[in-house]
Amino acid sequence: MLRFLGIRLARALLTMVLVVTFAFVVLRLSGDPALLIMSADAPPEAVAAFRESWGLNDPIWQQYLRYFAAIFRGDLGQSMRDGRPAIELVAERVPATLALTIPALLIKIGLGVPAGVYAALHRNSFADRAVMLLAVAGFTVPSFVLGLVLVLVFAVTLGWLPSGGQESWRHAVLPVITLGIGGAAVLARFTRSAMLEVLGQPYMRTALAKGVPWHVAVRRHALPNAAIPTVTIIGFMVGSLLAGAVVVESVFSWPGVGRLLVVAVANRDLAVVQCILLLVAATMVTANLVVDLLYGALDPRLRAAPRGATA
Amino acid sequence: MSDIPLDAVPAASAPPARKRARLPGMVIFAIAWLLLMLLTALAADLVSPYSYTALDLQNRLTPPIGMGGEWVDPLGTDELGRDVLSRLIASIRMSLLIAFGATVISAVLGVSLGFLAAHFRGVVEQAVLALVDFQASMPFLILALAVLAFFGNSLPLFICLLGLHGWERYARIARGLAVSAGSQGYAAAVKGLGASPWRVYGRHVLPNIASTLIVSMTLSFPEIILLESGLSFLGLGVQPPMTSLGNMVGYGREYLTRAPWILLAPSSVIVLTTLCVSLLGDWLRDRLDPTLR
Repeated sequence: MLRFLGIRLARALLTMVLVVTFAFVVLRLSGDPALLIMSADAPPEAVAAFRESWGLNDPIWQQYLRYFAAIFRGDLGQSMRDGRPAIELVAERVPATLALTIPALLIKIGLGVPAGVYAALHRNSFADRAVMLLAVAGFTVPSFVLGLVLVLVFAVTLGWLPSGGQESWRHAVLPVITLGIGGAAVLARFTRSAMLEVLGQPYMRTALAKGVPWHVAVRRHALPNAAIPTVTIIGFMVGSLLAGAVVVESVFSWPGVGRLLVVAVANRDLAVVQCILLLVAATMVTANLVVDLLYGALDPRLRAAPRGATA
Repeated sequence: MSDIPLDAVPAASAPPARKRARLPGMVIFAIAWLLLMLLTALAADLVSPYSYTALDLQNRLTPPIGMGGEWVDPLGTDELGRDVLSRLIASIRMSLLIAFGATVISAVLGVSLGFLAAHFRGVVEQAVLALVDFQASMPFLILALAVLAFFGNSLPLFICLLGLHGWERYARIARGLAVSAGSQGYAAAVKGLGASPWRVYGRHVLPNIASTLIVSMTLSFPEIILLESGLSFLGLGVQPPMTSLGNMVGYGREYLTRAPWILLAPSSVIVLTTLCVSLLGDWLRDRLDPTLR
């Protein structure tokens, strides 16, 4: 078990190192930071002074190490637009995003998992076909189209709900539904195929042959085994709590992290973009780590042979 | 998981072959729609009634047929009096071009890396697997936005960027299948006859795993269309004066209440196209590849 934990932790750290390296490489490849930050017609002496003060004349590996050290100190640079620390700007947007993504996550799990299990247990029935059709539709309708259609129907035509902004809980209804429906469809489709896989396994036949009632076999043998792949995808959804609403926040003018990211990308506010990138990566890696630990609890086989799960 | 050799799959789980010979209606519809899209994209200049950038400020926001419009502009006009049908045709061409380009790039990249990993094993394999883990564990939209922020935007860069989407899936499949092919007789036999690695992988392993790869391509093609249209919708993808489906929806949003047809036309095309590719992919998967589900 300790060995399993160690390997997982090392992989999580490796992923973080790769993300930081990615940010560093992309930042350096994109051009001379001095020229990017200062205007193109800045006097050469000023550019030289800037390079000196930021250590841009040092060998690249020294810059790389210093970049790591700064990130460990929590120093992620200042926003180029208003000079405030990027981390502060991002942190004050986080609650707004979570106010959308956490209820949406509950909808996804509450609708998607039962629908998938039900469809699998009643394979080829009318309900199964309906669930699968909805699931395919949920996957192929992009969130911005779904969001705009909901606005057109519920805000413009019926006038029941506001179309954008963040003044009251009523403003959150449409974005949460938009996020929830799409995710529920993905989860339903995934859960269904995981359940079908498990239902066809020999141990199910054995259990039934022993005379175990169908509902007991499903509860005791099928559900726990189907939970393993389903937990993976739920883990991915938990990991994207911060980053999963980029498009939907834009559709509904919701002032969250995603909106900030889009504006920062459009303005090439690199410090803010980099800060969000690292924060999203950290959330994702933590969620994956928790999922890996859950695997250990759900599936005793993985504790014995950790490599088998990764290939 | 992908290390399981193909012949280890229990025969019981394979569907009875050739049970239904005729095509299901949905699949016929999907193929017809995709052919229509493909022809539209190829013959865009011939079928387009006007130039997609031609302004007609006299006739702004005229409604389409069915909403009180006339045959002059069958799908209505936008805020600058440009014909929505002509813009739609240009957008279809652009979106399909990007999606095809990106799908091919990611398939070639993924398969090459997967074969490299399978051929050299050891350090190379571990490096490829680490990259695969990294790619699979990050939301691609965020990585793409970061790259766009750092590099700015141009069409070739944008296509290459989207080509990085989903390569890890091809790499996993190609590596797994190439490893299992290596342990089967035919690859060893050709190698024993003195074939170079290029020949072994290109002429013998690749055709044997092609059906699985094609199925993966039909799965990632709609994802790339959705990604492209999402980024263009945010104003960070295809830049004006060029137009794409997501781009049209993004600009049409401003006129949601007054002229919903500007965004409804491209939205329906996005939804129908991704739906049809998914349907076709699911059907192909059932036919070609019993090992995937």
